[in-house]
Amino acid sequence: MNQAYLEIKNLTKEFVSDYQEEKVVAVKDFNLEMKKGEFITLLGPSGCGKTTTLRMIGGFESPTRGEIFLDRVKINDIPANKRDTCMVFQSYALFPHMNIFKNVAYGLELRKLPKAEVKERVEKILDLVGLKGLGNRPVGQLSGGQQQRVALARAMVNEPKVLLFDEPLSNLDAKLRFRMRIFIRKIQQEFNITSVYVTHDQEEAMTLSDRIVVMNQGEIEQIGTPQEIYARPRTKFVADFIGKQTNFLTGKVVGAAEGKQEVEFWNKTFSFKGYDHLKGGDKVTLVIRPEMIELSAKEGICEGEVTLVTYLGSEVNYEVKANHQAFAIQVANPLRKGVFRVGEKVCLNFDLNSIYLIKEQ
Amino acid sequence: MIQSKRFAAYLKRIPSDIKKLLKEPFLLTGILLVNVFLFLFIVLPLFKIFQLSFEVEGHFSLRIFYELMSKSYNVRPLIHSLTLGTAVAILGTLIGFIFAYAITRVDIPWKRFFSVTATFPIIAPPFMMSLSAILLFGKQGFVSKMILQNVVQFKIYGFYGLLVVETLTYFSTAYLTLYGVLQAIDPALEDAALDLGASKGKVFRSITLPLATPGIASAILLIFSQSLADFGNPMILAGNYTILATQAYLTIVGMYDMKGGAALAILLLIPSLIAFCVQKYWVSRKSYVTVTGKPSSTRIKMDHPVTKYSIFGLCLILASIIFLFYGMVFFGSLVKLWGVNHTLTLNNYRHVFTVGWEFIKDTLLLSSIATPIAGILGMIIAFLVVRKQFPGKRLMELVSLLTFAVPGTVVGIGYILAFNQPPLVLTGTAAIIILLFIFRDLAVGVQTGIAELQQIDPSIEEASTDLGADSARTFRKITLPLITPAFYSGLAFTFVKCMTAISAVIFVVSGKWNLITVAILGSVENSDLAQAAAFSVVIIIFILLALWLIQFLVDRMGGGRKIKFEKPEAIQSI
Repeated sequence: MNQAYLEIKNLTKEFVSDYQEEKVVAVKDFNLEMKKGEFITLLGPSGCGKTTTLRMIGGFESPTRGEIFLDRVKINDIPANKRDTCMVFQSYALFPHMNIFKNVAYGLELRKLPKAEVKERVEKILDLVGLKGLGNRPVGQLSGGQQQRVALARAMVNEPKVLLFDEPLSNLDAKLRFRMRIFIRKIQQEFNITSVYVTHDQEEAMTLSDRIVVMNQGEIEQIGTPQEIYARPRTKFVADFIGKQTNFLTGKVVGAAEGKQEVEFWNKTFSFKGYDHLKGGDKVTLVIRPEMIELSAKEGICEGEVTLVTYLGSEVNYEVKANHQAFAIQVANPLRKGVFRVGEKVCLNFDLNSIYLIKEQ
Repeated sequence: MIQSKRFAAYLKRIPSDIKKLLKEPFLLTGILLVNVFLFLFIVLPLFKIFQLSFEVEGHFSLRIFYELMSKSYNVRPLIHSLTLGTAVAILGTLIGFIFAYAITRVDIPWKRFFSVTATFPIIAPPFMMSLSAILLFGKQGFVSKMILQNVVQFKIYGFYGLLVVETLTYFSTAYLTLYGVLQAIDPALEDAALDLGASKGKVFRSITLPLATPGIASAILLIFSQSLADFGNPMILAGNYTILATQAYLTIVGMYDMKGGAALAILLLIPSLIAFCVQKYWVSRKSYVTVTGKPSSTRIKMDHPVTKYSIFGLCLILASIIFLFYGMVFFGSLVKLWGVNHTLTLNNYRHVFTVGWEFIKDTLLLSSIATPIAGILGMIIAFLVVRKQFPGKRLMELVSLLTFAVPGTVVGIGYILAFNQPPLVLTGTAAIIILLFIFRDLAVGVQTGIAELQQIDPSIEEASTDLGADSARTFRKITLPLITPAFYSGLAFTFVKCMTAISAVIFVVSGKWNLITVAILGSVENSDLAQAAAFSVVIIIFILLALWLIQFLVDRMGGGRKIKFEKPEAIQSI
């Protein structure tokens, strides 16, 4: 029973580019195990191989190496049309010559289900996605959000073992994107649909996912829950990619004992807990999120000068120059804490318990 | 209701539009001049034909048509033209579809080769296929005499001969149209169908084919009008299978019956206009193919060995046939006396460049004068139509596109009717040929220009006006550079059309100014097949040189964009 529902082993995709006979590695040794009902997001900058991975799961690209198991069956050689996966496309890919009903019924009709059953299931799903009674509408007249719902219904109605999403919200405006995000997550949890979702939008990934797979240049950088990814990034890339702005400092481990590590930077020594894998002499990168720095007028571990202030109401963002480095700092609740002005001298304090240390290779 | 409201709003706007125009004298003069030209060289000739055939003793009458229709030798060409047009359209579209589908959807080798082969007929003189048909299957033919020893007789003169050569000539139109349509279908649509469980065959039947249907209809209509307008092939191969385009010519030139010829021209014009209107105002509106941002991914190509190699084989056979036809003309141009003495010689070329030099010189000169004028005029009209407000704008667009729809024979007859008497006597001059070239091919430049301009944000031009430039300066400094690629494509295409034109110009050539295409036709009629072949090869060489030159200029100035014959409408025949 401990067997994963969707299991991907050493998946690799190499392309030979058309012009020069050069091999391009799009995805390299991708490994993932998914439980039934889990929602996993592949997150990364464009060109990181996330869409290629998704298309290999869907059967649109054949892997160069590696294996994909779905419900304990190897599906590598099963063509897309016989695979028990359904995709929601970035461009929605609604068939423009069919109405909503025909679009949604397409997959069911191919399976030669009785007419009555097709009708019943399509109507049920249209009701679910909030398009009840609109079956006769041509898809060309729908708004972006409605098209998105049809695309979702068309994939879900077939009750696939895995639902695949290829950046489905990237064509919607910000408000609609926000609403659809919640909508997708609710339906997914209600029906316990195993889902793989591709996006480059970290906020989207954070809100939707049980776990996130951060990819870069064809390789997995880290797999983890949204909290793990944000709070304990495994690599500098993840630390930098996740979050709005991230401050980095380099330090050196000067004392390592069981349960307590001394790290030196700016000619001062600070104690950290929970990094038992570090040894004395190791170089480390400190990941300091903007909200982990506090500003005060009087005392701190270092002094700096405010160079930029952006007031957003619920928070203030500062750029502070300290020790020849610019720091991004976010201070919540400015009404209570007050706002510094450009040119003011301030003192920085780090929330050492939140700062994360990455060992440098 | 909406129509009449819109019309009322339009009427209301006219005075303010005119007021605005009066403030820009340069623009106003431009519009007036263009209108005068369009009227003189497109509308007037057509009007003359109608006048001649409908007017009896100063009154409107349909008598000439009763007379025509009562004689079977006049009805027959109409039926023949329509039958042939339909057959060529269907067969040509089928072949075009096979190539387009193979290249866009199947993982076949040699795609570039097939694509070049399928577009080549566009730059070749259209009647080269007929010449080749005689070289291959005529009495002295390579296949009929040399290989089969005259055991089998081929009936190349008549319907079947015409069907084969016109199909091979005009399927390129279908190929380009359908290539564009098939390429524009979002790959995600087919992926989605596959994803939902459809087999490749089912995807083709339920998604690809329905989405391509408007394109297919378009291709059929375009080829139908090309076949109707074809002049060179039926002149050579029709035999007793009389065709409207050539019959109108023979009625005028052979029987000196202007009125009868004009009436036949109108019989030819009507189905062409219907096909044009159906294509432009109905089929193209049915199109589902829309440009929606970036295509989401690369297309999955069919790679099942059986499908792949059977389609590859089919393409190979078709390509071989095309090569055989064109190759035979090349071979024929190097032979001493076709059918009798097959020793290789360059004598034909010597003849072409000595005796035929006048033809070559005239053709090159007149084409080179007409091409840039047609190109610039086309861009100006496109600019006026897309960017400016003035009364009669839609009419201007329609008239400039009308030349697509009017068969060359009709235009040719119109020109001799209109410019044979004062106030404008042009018969026998170089000017009439140049004018014919310009206004025959104007539509190409207009069409490509309109398409290109609609993609350029008007605010770029507004910025220029805002900074103090007037209309003329903005056009010259901003618009023209932006539409340069379309301009050069238009030039390339216009030049090809001028070099290979026959149907209209044959009416206006003279002893003083003559063209290669007319010379080829003459050579074929005198059974000087080898010389005709040499002339054809020379035309092709000059066209390739010109295309290379224009591409070179584009590379130097236009940022390395490729000249493309991308507008399927642009391939409308002469």
